[in-house]
Amino acid sequence: MIGRAALGLAAAVLAAFLLAPERFAPLLRPLAANGAPPIYTQTSLLGLTLWHLALVAAAVAASTVVAVGLGILVTRPGWRDVLPLARTVTSVGQTFPPVAVLALAVPLMGFGSGPTLLALFLYGLLPIFENTLAGLTGLPPAVTEAARGMGMTPAQRLVQVELPLALPVILAGVRLSAVIALSTATIGSTVAARTLGEVIIAGLLSSNTAFVVQGGVVVGTLALLIHAGFVWLERRLAPGGPSDRR
Amino acid sequence: MIEIEHLTRRYGDRTVVRDVSLTVGRGQIAALVGTSGSGKTTLLRMINRLVQPTAGRVLIDGTDTATVPAHLLRRRIGYAIQGHGLFPHRTVAQNIATVPRLLGWDAARIRARVDELLDLFQLPPVEFRDRLPHQLSGGQQQRVGVSRALAARPDLLLMDEPFGALDPVIRASAQADLRRIQRELGTTLVIVTHDIDEAMALGDRIGVMDQGLLLQYAPPRAILTDPATPFVARLIGTDQRPFHLLSLSRVADLATPGTADGPPVAPDASLRDALALCLWSGRGALPVQGGGVVTLEALRRAARPGGAGADP
Repeated sequence: MIGRAALGLAAAVLAAFLLAPERFAPLLRPLAANGAPPIYTQTSLLGLTLWHLALVAAAVAASTVVAVGLGILVTRPGWRDVLPLARTVTSVGQTFPPVAVLALAVPLMGFGSGPTLLALFLYGLLPIFENTLAGLTGLPPAVTEAARGMGMTPAQRLVQVELPLALPVILAGVRLSAVIALSTATIGSTVAARTLGEVIIAGLLSSNTAFVVQGGVVVGTLALLIHAGFVWLERRLAPGGPSDRR
Repeated sequence: MIEIEHLTRRYGDRTVVRDVSLTVGRGQIAALVGTSGSGKTTLLRMINRLVQPTAGRVLIDGTDTATVPAHLLRRRIGYAIQGHGLFPHRTVAQNIATVPRLLGWDAARIRARVDELLDLFQLPPVEFRDRLPHQLSGGQQQRVGVSRALAARPDLLLMDEPFGALDPVIRASAQADLRRIQRELGTTLVIVTHDIDEAMALGDRIGVMDQGLLLQYAPPRAILTDPATPFVARLIGTDQRPFHLLSLSRVADLATPGTADGPPVAPDASLRDALALCLWSGRGALPVQGGGVVTLEALRRAARPGGAGADP
């Protein structure tokens, strides 16, 4: 209950800040040294936030499609041999630093959102893939046995039984990727992607702590809210979850 | 009718089922018993091709099952397993509707069938239709599992330890329900169990398996009085033989003209119940409802191999 109230308050404050950031100027002025502006006004903070979210959403959506697809593929009979390869690919995606991906991608894709999308996409594969795998292989044996025994085709089993039951676990993977991508996306502004990183970088370049704080706090609050949203959804979708504990 | 012909299943060099042949008549119950690892479950799963036979074939009403696509074959065969395997994300009604939906029944027909089955298993539809499996007791889950297996009116029902997870009191009533419903629908039933009492209570014929071999396939009376091998005799347990034998006949089969004192016994009670009543009340004869008596002397004769119950 307290957690829910705190989240509601955080969402309200965030919305108020993004819609009218100048009203928060007195709060941030002590952090801005030498009479520098306390609020970033180069670009609209609301616009940057929306760009930031869109970039994360696009990257996580792409990671989800590929990672869930791979997870489904390697759990089909006849495709188990692909599992080590899929694990390697997704692990490398996670361990290769996103900054290095940006550096390598810019010469090929140019400045802008492209390299950031690629970096976030690769970075987000592993948690979703591993959770898809865990969800699809951890189903109760009696349930999968019954699905076969009832005469479902492999496709019907996947769509009607396996994916719905694995969904909460898969979503937990998507949540991890989304939260990681939300903070990692800030580095995209080093290669001219429009993200909230722009505010932080501007603060670093002009030694304006107020900018760094407002960029960081907005990203952090967004991550909190998205995390909570996913957790709520996972609970709703879990069989025997709170939806019937009314 | 189902005919199993020389069915064999090997995994590598391990033979799990070895050249098993048996026939189950239409509307009959065949109970397969044996210790774990005897091959009884593998044999059952070869009937609906959840396991592919290495050799041999299965005919259902004369049709070789290998000629039908496996998933279409399974939609025609009811299947109920231990731990029920209900889909946890689907309601009771949706679970029961699984096979009718796969077969493309229309919504009204499915709904009517679901309610009919819930009634049959004494689960009031209004109360149970929309519950999720985890909101049911173990006995209720098991009944929903059997309802689901019967939903598309299969002529053949396969059950693998369907009552294994139930406590003894609920198990006895679940067995009685199954027997009643099976007789009512005329379904052919093959049931796997490790519980010889369950096999005796349900089976028209009992198949005893050990190490992949079908040692004996015979009516319960023959299994008791004429076990084919020492293993069969050991599996039944010598101490329980007379009581098993008595439980196979009804009081009406043994009633003779006459009168006796005390409360009467029902004609469809088992001889085992009648013996228990004699011993408990210290009487030498019991009056039978609707006339006649059953005597302790007759019960004692019936409890021996070749006794009175052997006639029919």
